[in-house]
Amino acid sequence: MDRLDALEAQSVHILREAYARIEPLAMLWSLGKDSNVMIWLARKAFFGHVPFPVMHVDTGRKFKEMYEFRDRYAVEWQLDFKREVCPPLEEMDASLPPAARSAARKTEGLRQAIAKHQFKAVIAGIRRDEQATRAKERVFSPRGETGAWDFRDQPPEFWDQYKTDFPPGTHIRIHPLLHWTELDIWLYTRREGIPIVPLYLSKDGKRYRSLGDEDITFPVESDASSIDEIIFELETTKTSERAGRAMDHEREDAFEHLRATGYL
Amino acid sequence: MKDDGTTTLTPAQVKGVDLAEADTEDARTLHRIVIVGHVDHGKSTLIGRMLYDTNSLPPGKVEELEAVSARRGMAIEWSFVLDAFQAERDQAVTIDTTQIWFNTALRDYVIIDAPGHREFLKNMVSGAASADAAVVVVDAAEGVREQSRRHAYLLHLLGIRQVAVVVNKMDLVGYDAARFAEVSQEITDYLTSIGATPMVIVPISARDGDNIATRSARTPWYDGPTVLSALDGFHGSPDVGAQPLRLPIQDVYKFDARRILAGRMESGLLSVGDTLMFSPSNKTARVRSIEAWPADRQPQSAAAGEAVGITLDEQIFVERGEIASHVANPPKLSTLFHARLFWLGHKPLTVGSRYKLKLLTQEAEVTVQSIERIVDTQTLEHAAGETVERNAVAEVTLRSRQVLALDDYGDLPKTGRFVLVEDYDTVGGGVISMEGLPDQRRAVEVKSTNVISVEHRLTADTRAARNGHQGGVLWFTGLSGAGKSTLAMEVEQRLFAKGYQVYVLDGDNVRRGLNANLGFSPEDRTENIRRVGEAAALFADSGVICITAFISPYRVDRDRARASAPGRFHEVYIQADVQTCEQRDPKGLYKKARAGEIAQFTGVSAPYEPPEAPDLVVDTSGENVAESVECIIRYVEKVFTLEKGQEPL
Ligand SMILES: Nc1nc2c(ncn2[C@@H]2O[C@H](COP(=O)(O)OP(=O)(O)OP(=O)(O)O)[C@@H](O)[C@H]2O)c(=O)[nH]1
Ligand SMILES: [Mg+2]
Repeated sequence: MDRLDALEAQSVHILREAYARIEPLAMLWSLGKDSNVMIWLARKAFFGHVPFPVMHVDTGRKFKEMYEFRDRYAVEWQLDFKREVCPPLEEMDASLPPAARSAARKTEGLRQAIAKHQFKAVIAGIRRDEQATRAKERVFSPRGETGAWDFRDQPPEFWDQYKTDFPPGTHIRIHPLLHWTELDIWLYTRREGIPIVPLYLSKDGKRYRSLGDEDITFPVESDASSIDEIIFELETTKTSERAGRAMDHEREDAFEHLRATGYL
Repeated sequence: MKDDGTTTLTPAQVKGVDLAEADTEDARTLHRIVIVGHVDHGKSTLIGRMLYDTNSLPPGKVEELEAVSARRGMAIEWSFVLDAFQAERDQAVTIDTTQIWFNTALRDYVIIDAPGHREFLKNMVSGAASADAAVVVVDAAEGVREQSRRHAYLLHLLGIRQVAVVVNKMDLVGYDAARFAEVSQEITDYLTSIGATPMVIVPISARDGDNIATRSARTPWYDGPTVLSALDGFHGSPDVGAQPLRLPIQDVYKFDARRILAGRMESGLLSVGDTLMFSPSNKTARVRSIEAWPADRQPQSAAAGEAVGITLDEQIFVERGEIASHVANPPKLSTLFHARLFWLGHKPLTVGSRYKLKLLTQEAEVTVQSIERIVDTQTLEHAAGETVERNAVAEVTLRSRQVLALDDYGDLPKTGRFVLVEDYDTVGGGVISMEGLPDQRRAVEVKSTNVISVEHRLTADTRAARNGHQGGVLWFTGLSGAGKSTLAMEVEQRLFAKGYQVYVLDGDNVRRGLNANLGFSPEDRTENIRRVGEAAALFADSGVICITAFISPYRVDRDRARASAPGRFHEVYIQADVQTCEQRDPKGLYKKARAGEIAQFTGVSAPYEPPEAPDLVVDTSGENVAESVECIIRYVEKVFTLEKGQEPL
C-alpha cells in the first residue's frame, strides 16, 4: 500500500467511525486545501455522498476567489451546505492584539453555530504538522461546554479506538487529517484532481500557502504556479506553512491560548 | 552491513547515498518511531536535537528556541521543539505525546515523543501504540529507572518488537566507557528478562549532539551506529496481507440502491466472488462487488489496510460489530477469554466489575471473572491480588454476556486486542489469550445445509399421555465431586420405581460411545457438552426424563443445551464448594490437578461458572444424599406432571 493510500484509508476509517458513532454531526469547510481534501475523503468514505451537513463559519472577510469556489462546489458536490456568520468584531475583547481578536471572532462564530444546530461533533481538517499544539491533538478530541480544550488531560487514544462515550454537554472535534502533512495534502490533491482556490498558485512572484481572512493572511514569495511546482517547492523548503499567519507571531503562547479557548 | 546486522552509515555516506541504491522497498514508506524512557532522561531533547542536526527545523526556529529558553533563564532547550505547551516549558516536563515528521536520505519518519512522567502514562500509551519501533532513552548518570522499565514492558505488551537504546547525557559522566557498559548491561538485562533484545545501544549526548547524526570524537571507544543510522536499521512493519482475512464491519450504508458493508481490512486479502463468513452470527454470503468512488475504479480485490465497501450476493442481516473472514479460517468465538492488560483508570480494576469492551467495532459488556496475577513491571514478579491499580499490568479473565469474535493476540494482533471503557473513559487496554479455553464456534456451526426436519405423526402430548408424565431434561451441573453421578443414579432408580421413563447420560458412558472421538481439549469439551445437550433433547422429545451428569462449567454451553430443548430444560445446580469436593475427591483427580498432572481442571486451574438462575439448587455440602434425592424427586413430581387436558391413557 503506498503512502497516500494508507493516509486515505486511515482518514476514511475515522470519518466512518464518526458517522457511525456520533449524531448529529457536521463537517467544517474553511474552503482551503485541507478541508477540500477532507470533503473529497468523505465522498470516498460514503461512496459519493456526504451524509452530514458541511458548514462554513463565515467571517465575511475571505477572499473573493474563496467565495466563488464555495458557491460553485457546494452545488457541484451536492453538499448539504450551511453557512453561518461570525459575530461582529466589535463584540470581541478589544484588549486582544488584532489577529487574536479576529480569531476570537471565529471561535465565537463556531461556538454559536454549533449551539444553533445542536451538533454533537464537528469534523475539522487540522493537521499535526501545522503547529506544535495541534501536534498534540487527539483524533476524537473532547471539548467542554464552552468549547474549551483541556489539553492537560486528554483521553487515551490508541489502537484506533476513539472516544465515543461522553457525558452530556461534551462536544467532540474530529480530526481526520491529523496524520497528514502539507506535502501529503498537495500530493493527494494532484493525484485525485481535487479543485483548489487559485490563490494557492503564484501570481507576480507570490502565493498563499495557507488561506485565512484576507486582512490577516499574507502571501509568501513563490514562483510555484502549478501543483507540480508547489510540490517541488515544498520538497525543498523548510519555511513553516503558517509563516504567513499574523496571529502566530504575536506572542509565544498565542496559539495555545486560542486553541485552549476553542479555536480550531 | 556490520557483523551484528546493523547498518551504520556516516552522515556523509547518508547524504551521498543515491536513492536508487537505497532500500527501495522501504524507501519513502513512513516509519513510525516512538521515543520512550524515564522522566527527564532527555527524550524530547533528543528529538529536537535530531531535527536540528539533520537541518530539518524551519528557518527562524533556532532563534525562537533561544528566545523562549532565555526567557526562562536557560541555554537553548531542544525539547521546546516538542514541548509546545506553556505548562510543559515552564515545568520542563512533557505532558502529552506529540508527533513530528523528518526524513533521512533513506527514509521518511514520524517521530513520536512520549512523556516519561508516570502521571502521563496514558499519553505515553497513546503515542507508543501506533509505533513500528522504539528508542528507549536512559540517563547515563541515573541509569535504569522505574519508567524505563515500565515503558519497556509496555512496548513489549503493545507488540513493538524492535527496540534500540540510547544512553543519554554521556557528558555528565565524562563520556566514560565503563559507565556506558554498566548502564548498557542494566537495560539489556531487563529487556532480556521480558524477551526483548536491544538492536543497538548508542552512547549520546542529546544536548550536545554527540552520536546523533554524526560520530562523536568524544566517544572514540564506541564504533557502533549513530542514532540516525540506528533508525535506518529498523525494519518496516510486518506484512499483514499474508494473514487470514479479518474485515470488521463498521457500518452498513443504504445511500442508494446498493447495500454496502463498510469496514477496514485489518488483515488478509479479499476478492470478488469470495465466500465470507460473518462472526459471531455465523452467516455466510458471497462478495458480489467491491465498491469504490469515483465509480470508474472497480476493484476486484482488496488488501490489508484498505478501507473498503462490499456488496453481497444475498441480503443477509449483518450489522456493525461482525467480523468477516473466509470460511476456512474464521476468528474464534467465545464469551470467556484471558487477557494481559494495562490499567489506566483512576478507579482500580476489581473482580466482578463490569466494563464496556471495544474490540475493533464490537462492543460488549464484560465482567472481570478473576485476576490471575498482577505483574510488577519493576521486578517482574507476579503476585495474586484482588485489585489492579492505575498504571499496573495484570493477567485477568474476562467474561462477556454475548459471544465475541476474536483471535489470540499471538495469532492475529489486530483482532486479538481490546480496550475497556468505564463511564465515559478508556481505562485500559489488553491483549487476548485463549489458551486452554474452547473455541465455541464448533458448537454453533451448522455444517449440513438443505436439511428439512420431518414432522412426527405423534405429538409430545400423546407421548406424555402414554407415559403419564412429561418428557424433559434434568441438567445436573457442578464441580467434580459435587455428587452429580451419585445423585443421578439414585434419582433414576427412584423415578423408575415410581413408574417414570427415565435415563441417565453420564460422562464416562457417553465418552465410550457417542463421544469416543473427543478428547479433553477445550474445543472437544465444548463439543462433548453440545452432543450431550442434543442427545438429551432427543430423549426429552421421545417422552423420557433424561438426566445428564456433566460438570459443564461454562454458561454458554448450558445455555445452548437449554436452547436445544426449549421449555423442557431444567438446570439443576449440584452445589458444593471446592474444599468439600476436594476432600471427597472420589477419583483422586483434585490431587492430580494440584500436583499439576491434570491441566485445566475445573475449580483448580480452570473456571467454573455457576448458574445464574438455576431451576433447582441442591446443596450437597449441607445435606446428605437421601435429602438431596428427595429434593429432586419432589421437584420432578411437581413439574413433570401432565398438564390439564392431558389425560393418562
Ligand atoms: N547534560 C545534559 N543534559 C541533557 C541532555 N539531554 C537532555 N538534557 C537535559 O535534561 C532535561 C530533561 O530533558 P527532556 O528532553 O525534557 O527530557 P524528557 O525525557 O523529554 O522528559 P519528559 O518528557 O518530561 O519525560 C533538560 O533540562 C535537558 O536540557 C544531555 O545530553 N546532557
Ligand atoms: Mg519530553
